[in-house]
Amino acid sequence: MTQKQILPSGNPRIDRLEMQGIVKRFPGVLANDHVNFDVNAFEVHALLGENGAGKSTLMKQLYGLYHPDQGQIIFDGEPRLIHSPRDAINLGIGMIHQHFMLVDSLTVAENVALGLPSTRGIMTDLDRVTKRICELAEVYGLDVEPDAYIWQLSVGQQQKVEIIKALYRGAALLILDEPTAVLTPQEVDDFFVTLTKMANDGHALIFISHKLHEVMAFTHRVTVLRDGKNVGTVNTVDTNKNLLAEMMVGRPLNFIRNYKTIKCGNPRLKVENLSALSDRGVPALKNVSFEVCAGEVLGLAGVSGNGQPELAQVIAGLRPSTSGKIMIDDENLTGSTPMQVIDKGVAYIPEKRNVEGLIKEFSVSENLIMRDLDQEIYSRNAFLNMGNIAKRSADLVKTFNVKTPSIDTPIKSLSGGNAQKVILAREISRQPKVLIAAQPTRGVDIGATEYIHERIIEQRETGTATLLISEDLDEIFALSDRIAVIFHGEIMGVVDRKDATLQSIGLMMAGEQPPETKTAE
Amino acid sequence: MEDLFTGSVLIGLLASAIRLATPYLYAAIGETFGQRSGVLNLGVDGIMLMGAFSAFYVVFKTGDLVGGVLLAALVGLLMGLLMAFISVTLSAEQGISGIGVYLFGLGMSDLLFQKLINNVQTVSGFPVAPIPLLSEIPVLGPILFRQNVLVYGAYILVPIAWFVLNKTTLGLKIKAVGENPEAADTLGVSVSRIRYFTVSLGGMLSGIAGASLSIALLNVFQFNLTNGLGFIAIALVYFGGWRPTWVLLGSLIFSFVNALQIWVQVVGLPIPSDIAVMTPYILTIVVLVISAQRVRPPSALSKAYERLE
Repeated sequence: MTQKQILPSGNPRIDRLEMQGIVKRFPGVLANDHVNFDVNAFEVHALLGENGAGKSTLMKQLYGLYHPDQGQIIFDGEPRLIHSPRDAINLGIGMIHQHFMLVDSLTVAENVALGLPSTRGIMTDLDRVTKRICELAEVYGLDVEPDAYIWQLSVGQQQKVEIIKALYRGAALLILDEPTAVLTPQEVDDFFVTLTKMANDGHALIFISHKLHEVMAFTHRVTVLRDGKNVGTVNTVDTNKNLLAEMMVGRPLNFIRNYKTIKCGNPRLKVENLSALSDRGVPALKNVSFEVCAGEVLGLAGVSGNGQPELAQVIAGLRPSTSGKIMIDDENLTGSTPMQVIDKGVAYIPEKRNVEGLIKEFSVSENLIMRDLDQEIYSRNAFLNMGNIAKRSADLVKTFNVKTPSIDTPIKSLSGGNAQKVILAREISRQPKVLIAAQPTRGVDIGATEYIHERIIEQRETGTATLLISEDLDEIFALSDRIAVIFHGEIMGVVDRKDATLQSIGLMMAGEQPPETKTAE
Repeated sequence: MEDLFTGSVLIGLLASAIRLATPYLYAAIGETFGQRSGVLNLGVDGIMLMGAFSAFYVVFKTGDLVGGVLLAALVGLLMGLLMAFISVTLSAEQGISGIGVYLFGLGMSDLLFQKLINNVQTVSGFPVAPIPLLSEIPVLGPILFRQNVLVYGAYILVPIAWFVLNKTTLGLKIKAVGENPEAADTLGVSVSRIRYFTVSLGGMLSGIAGASLSIALLNVFQFNLTNGLGFIAIALVYFGGWRPTWVLLGSLIFSFVNALQIWVQVVGLPIPSDIAVMTPYILTIVVLVISAQRVRPPSALSKAYERLE
């Protein structure tokens, strides 16, 4: 075997990794069907596909979390068996997971040291770990404070810790599982600078994503998976967003654009100086004020954990406010119970759809009529009217294009997109005055996303006031008439979409005041 | 009434508080390890009963005190392994499995007692082993340094547990597994191996806790000897915020209350004995209510870990 090249981190380089004919079955699902994939040193190779296409499954096999039923994994010409993450780490593979694998209550250095043998036997050697962290941070321009606790760090910093953790373990090949989902646009730029530097230095990088513009912006090759199979591998320079989208979905997509503008009517939903506490009892919302008029979509942008779920919950009557006012069509809604809120015409698509939006063990039909149960056509004298319920459910399933074997199928066996359509059907079929849509397309495949977006636009055109809470700026820009940005529980500013740029919104998401506040009206 | 509060009475009271904290300490420190790694073992009391009986039986038959402690530790270890098997390997609901282990220990220890001994007997347990020189210190000497070996052991355990949790790689792994098992797993830390270790260790220490009752403090065995003491130990883990030093403080408070209520009964103060006996349990509830708002438990506490998402 030839002597391996050494990377700036001091780790030996991996020149070529190949995964050949990988087959992985789960009960009832063929998650990977003879998938081929390879990556070289100096390269960023994107792995693109919808949720459930088999990207994560493939990568978890490379990282030793799952084991392939068939196929082999070849490092620099040598087939290897990877039984566990430890084997993968020893081979020089690092993985940055979509949800960071950090222990909040431990420090950066402790997280890095975790699981590694110490130079002091049974005792920890955190001082030496700290020194090495600083060296690595220096080489790659990753500024992190080794003694800080993870919970004190911003999401962007936590990601840097993840990278350092991988490098510390000798990673020459990094698997990045949707790494930008939680970052602000500026953090994304920073992150890409780091990754580009790493690739230029000879690291091999696998970039899992479904964000096409990011894939186009900084990868060298793209492999697309669909339904567990290879669709193709192309050089990034030879393709474009539309082609990639088609490869992912298997059909051309209509990107929403240029829908008709509607004259803004009277404010329908009015929030004034609203404050509320988080579950931990600390202020989550601080004097939040905004208005949404009939026929308008107000997008609420912000990095996760800045008060978005709390705001949605307060409006929906699920969380008490500590001060302030919520008005709908000049009716005071403050302090109402969820039922009263519903009766006033508020529909709510909650962020945690499986926790707040649906009862997973219940059937499609039960979930669909849950909030209308007290209506006479569905129940009378404590008895359910099964006939009417079934008829209504079947109607909704058809109208909203929910792909389900039957209306009696439990929600948990539906895909994320179809489960979300069930919520959508329940919430907007009753012609709400106000729609609170929190992360309506998170974890939903492109096809269903397209559908959900169309429906939200349709609501807008019938005069619903929509508050769209999303961490996906593409979504915010695609659907909103105006964009509000929330940071640490405060509204940093509200701008017209036509005046907004990714840059300006991104700065506000990071907590900077807008240079000149251009509020609508 | 004045003689009730003389110096020697107070010294006696404190000495017995130090002594009575022993079973709490063993059991609660053991449980701390388990809970820090994310396993709530509600079976502590049952394991203590089995440990108490095993130790008592050995001493009753042979007089071998060390052998009694060793058997209690072994039986505790095995019951800990059983709990680990149910809750880690089989991923069963931890609360229910713990109650199962408790009921098993409660019933089995009584069955063995009835079959093998049958009537209440006493043994001569661990003798007081005064530490030379230190035991001569006025006031402190009699309180702290005229105890038996198992009592000393319980107090030595506290700094050891603190050291393991805060200064060793093993401690780091235990804390990580209890906070974010998925993260630990991706770093090559075996979640099940760590949990097996901590739960078995907890079981072993619970066994010794039982032994400390039957062959060092009370020197007797009977049905339900522990009287729910194992459950108080679990409450102490919460009170202590999963930190050994605070667990020590909590154990001392409880044992002091316990010593006080025994003394109240002995001197015949006009307080109904039922009320006195009740105080440790009332204190448990109060402590839990207070501590519930104070510290955050390990995030993965009582959650089984399975790799498949």
